[in-house]
Amino acid sequence: MTKGQAISLQKNDGGSLTSVRMGLGWQAAPRRGLFGSRTREIDLDASAVLFADKQPVDVVFFRHLVSDDGSVRHTGDNLVGGVGQGGDDEAILVDLQRVPVHIDQIVFTVNSFTGQTFQEVQNAFCRLVDETNGQELARYTLAGGGAYTAQIMAKVHRAGQGWSMTALGSPANGRTFQDLMPAILPVL
Amino acid sequence: MTAELVRGQNHPLPQARLEIRISAGTPVVAGATLGDENGKVHGFEWVAHPGTPTLPGLEVSRQAAADHRLAVDLEAVPEAVHRVSVLLALPAADGTVPVRFGAVAAPFVAVTGLDGTEVASYTITGLEAESAVVALELYRRQGAWKVRAVGQGYAGGLAELFTDQDLPQAAQLAGSIHEAVAQGLARSVPAPPQRTADGDRSRQPAAPALGPDHGAATASQGAPGPVPPASPYDPHGAPGQSGPQSPYTGGAGELGSTAQPSSTGSGVPIDYSHPRRQNAAPPPPPPTAPPAEPGQPTRPVAGDATGWSMEERLYNQVWGMFEDLARTTAAYRSAVDFADSRMEKELDQVLSDPRSRIGGQGDAAREAARARHGQLVAQAREALDRDLAQLTAEAEVVEPALPAAYARWDNPVWHAYRVPMEIPMALRLGDLHLPEADRIRIPMLVRLPLERGLWIDTGRSGSPDGTFADSHEMRRLGLETAVAHAARLLAVHPAGDFTVHVIDPAGSGGQALAPLVQTGVLAAPPALGAAGAADVLARLTQRVDLVQMAVRGGAADSLPPGLDTSQQLLIVNDFPHGFDDRAVNQLRYLADEGPDVGVHVMMVADREESAGYGPLLDPLWRSLLRLTPVADDHLADPWVGHAWTYEPSLVPPGSQVLQQVLTQVAAARRSWGR
Repeated sequence: MTKGQAISLQKNDGGSLTSVRMGLGWQAAPRRGLFGSRTREIDLDASAVLFADKQPVDVVFFRHLVSDDGSVRHTGDNLVGGVGQGGDDEAILVDLQRVPVHIDQIVFTVNSFTGQTFQEVQNAFCRLVDETNGQELARYTLAGGGAYTAQIMAKVHRAGQGWSMTALGSPANGRTFQDLMPAILPVL
Repeated sequence: MTAELVRGQNHPLPQARLEIRISAGTPVVAGATLGDENGKVHGFEWVAHPGTPTLPGLEVSRQAAADHRLAVDLEAVPEAVHRVSVLLALPAADGTVPVRFGAVAAPFVAVTGLDGTEVASYTITGLEAESAVVALELYRRQGAWKVRAVGQGYAGGLAELFTDQDLPQAAQLAGSIHEAVAQGLARSVPAPPQRTADGDRSRQPAAPALGPDHGAATASQGAPGPVPPASPYDPHGAPGQSGPQSPYTGGAGELGSTAQPSSTGSGVPIDYSHPRRQNAAPPPPPPTAPPAEPGQPTRPVAGDATGWSMEERLYNQVWGMFEDLARTTAAYRSAVDFADSRMEKELDQVLSDPRSRIGGQGDAAREAARARHGQLVAQAREALDRDLAQLTAEAEVVEPALPAAYARWDNPVWHAYRVPMEIPMALRLGDLHLPEADRIRIPMLVRLPLERGLWIDTGRSGSPDGTFADSHEMRRLGLETAVAHAARLLAVHPAGDFTVHVIDPAGSGGQALAPLVQTGVLAAPPALGAAGAADVLARLTQRVDLVQMAVRGGAADSLPPGLDTSQQLLIVNDFPHGFDDRAVNQLRYLADEGPDVGVHVMMVADREESAGYGPLLDPLWRSLLRLTPVADDHLADPWVGHAWTYEPSLVPPGSQVLQQVLTQVAAARRSWGR
C-alpha cells in the first residue's frame, strides 16, 4: 500500500470488515563501537484518536487503554520493544461494529516516547490487520524512515454503510499524540 | 549529566519543557504552588492539586499514587510567577497508610527532559514526623530557570505548608485536597481485584501482543455477541489507569504486602501456590452456546465467561455485563451529546448569518440542523437498543442461574437454601441500573470477605422520583435493609463462620430486628443503652488488637483459647445515640483496622445527626461503602464513571424466605456449637 491510497474495508465476499488491529513492532538500535551489546531502550507508542466531525472525542493510548465506549482497545504499553521477532509489540484493536455512531474517523499514530528518531530504530514496522482472518491490509516500514519521532499511520473512516481505510504515512514530530494534533487535523 | 542534588543545592535547567518524576514507594499526593518574586502564593488559583490539577504550564495528577509524572512548561507559566514549589503529602489517615514520611521509603524526585534524560535528581532523606514536604523549587534567576532541592517538611501537613507560604485559608485548602483524593473511594463500586500487584504504576508494560497466527483466536469472539470482558480481569490491568479505581489497586497492594510479608530474605520457604487458587484440577468445561440460527445473534448462555468454577464464571460474566452496559451507554451518551452540541452550533450559525433573516432560508437551515440531529440520535438509539437487547437476553439466562449468594431474594434458589460448606467469592448487595436501560438490573457483587464496612445512609437524600420519605420511615427502611444484608451474609457463610452483633442503644429497632432476634442467629441479644454499646465495642476492639498482634508477630496459634475466630459483623443502629467520645473512637478504630482481621461495621445512620462531632467522623464515612435503603444514584462504575442507581436487595413483601433461611442458619449454628 502506498501513501494516500484508500482501500475499502468491504471484504471480497461482500461481508464488511468487523474488526481491525493496528500492530506496532520494533527493536532497539545497538550502539556502535565498544559495548555494542548495550542497547539503548526505545519506547514507541501506538495511539488511536477518535474523531466526530473533525472534533477529537476520545483517544486510546497507554494511559487510557480502552475508549469509554469499549470499541477501541490497546493491548498495553510496551516500553522496550523487540520481544517477539516480527510480532507486534503493541496493538490497538478496533471493533468497528461497536464504534459509536457519531465517530466517523479513527486516526492511528506512532510516537517515539523516548525521543529517538526512526533512523535509530531497527526493524520497526506498523501494520493494519483484519482481525477476523489475520490478513494484513497495510504495512509500513518505519525503520530508517528519517529524522522523525512520529508518524501518522492511517485513518479508518466511515464510507457508506461500512468503513474504509486510507494509508497516510505522514511523518511528524512529537512525543505523544497530543503533540501530533496540529499535524492530524489537515489529514481528516 | 544527571546532577544528584543535596538539600539546598541548585542546578540550571536547560529547557523549559520538563517532567518531574516522583517515586515514593507508597501513594502520595503531588501538587505545586506558584509564588511571586517574594515567594508569596496569591491564592487558591496559584495551587495545582488533585482537585484542580491544571494551571498554565503545569499539570499534576488527580490522585494519590506511588509514582507521579508532573508535566511542566516553564514558558507557559505566567510572568508574575517566579517560583514553582513541588510538594508531596501523604494522604489523610484512613487506617491503611502511615501518615508520617519517617515511616515510608525516602521519596525520590527527578527533573527530566521530555526524552526521559535526567537533569537533576534528589532523594528526600531525613524526614520523620512530617506528613507534607516541599520537595523541589523551580525558580527564575536573571531570566533563566533553575531547580533547587528543598526538602522542607511539615509535621502539620499541607495546612502548615500552605500557611508557611502565606496562603490565606491554608487549612481549608488542605482539607479540600484530601477530600478530592478521598472522594473516589467513597463513591465507587469496588472494582474486581486485579491480578497484578503493580496496578498503580503510571505506565504498564504489556506482554507481547498476539502474532499474526494467533489473531484469529481473539477475533472469533468478536462476533455479534457481547465483547469479552477483557479489561477487569486481564493481567495487563487495563482499568485503573485513570478514574476512581486506582485507590484500590494501591490499597490492595498494601494489604497484600502486610498480610504476606515478602519473606525470601529471611529463610522462610517460598510458597509457590497461587494465593487465590485452591486446587489445580482442570475446571469442568464451560457451557457452550448452541449454534446460532442464521441471521440471528448467538443466544447468550449463563456461565459463558472464564473461571475455575461455575461460581467464578458467573461472577466474571456479571462483571462483563456490567462493563458492557457501562460502555455501550457511554457510546450512546457521547453520540447524543455530540448531536446536541452540533445542532446548537449550527443553529447559532443560522442566527448569526444575516442572510437567514430574510425569506425562508433560515427556517430551512434550522430544519436541516434539527433533522441531522434527529438522524444521529436515532442511529445512536438503534445501536443502543441492539446492545440492550443482547444484554437483556443475557440477563434473562444469567439471573436464574445465579447461586444464592448472587441471587435476589425472590430467586427460587433461596427456597432450596442449605447452609453452605464454603464461603462464596462474592455477595450481591443489590442491583444497579442506568436510566437508559431501566429493564436491565446488574447484580452488584462485592467480594467476600468484605474489604470495608457498610453504611446504610438514612439521610433524607430523597429518592430519585422526588418523594421524600420522612426520617422515621427512612430509619425503619434503613434497619430493614441492614437486616436483609446481614441475613445474607449469615446465610452464605458456613455455620459458625460469621457472627453478628447488634448495638441498638435506644431499643428502637425491635421490630426490624425481629427476624434476627427471633430465629436466634445473633451471638447475643441487641445491646441496649450506652453501657451495652460500650461493652460490645470493648470486646470487638480487644479482638482486633489480639488478632493484629498475633498476625504481626506471626503467631496465629498463640491466640487465647476460646477466642471466636469467625468473621464478625457489628450492626450499629441509631448512631450516634448512646455513643460518647470514647465509643466513637472505638468505632472508628474498628472501621479502620477491623476489615483486615475479619471485623466489619455496618452503620445505619444519618450523617446529619452526628454533625455535632464535626469533621472528626468524616474519615469514618469515607471508609465505608455507602448504600441506601431506597433507590439512589450514587455509585460510579470503575470504567466510565456513570452514576448508577442502586437498589438494595430486599425481601419481597409477605415472603417468609428470610425467616426460613435464618431458621436453618440458627439450627446449623446450634449443632455446630455443640
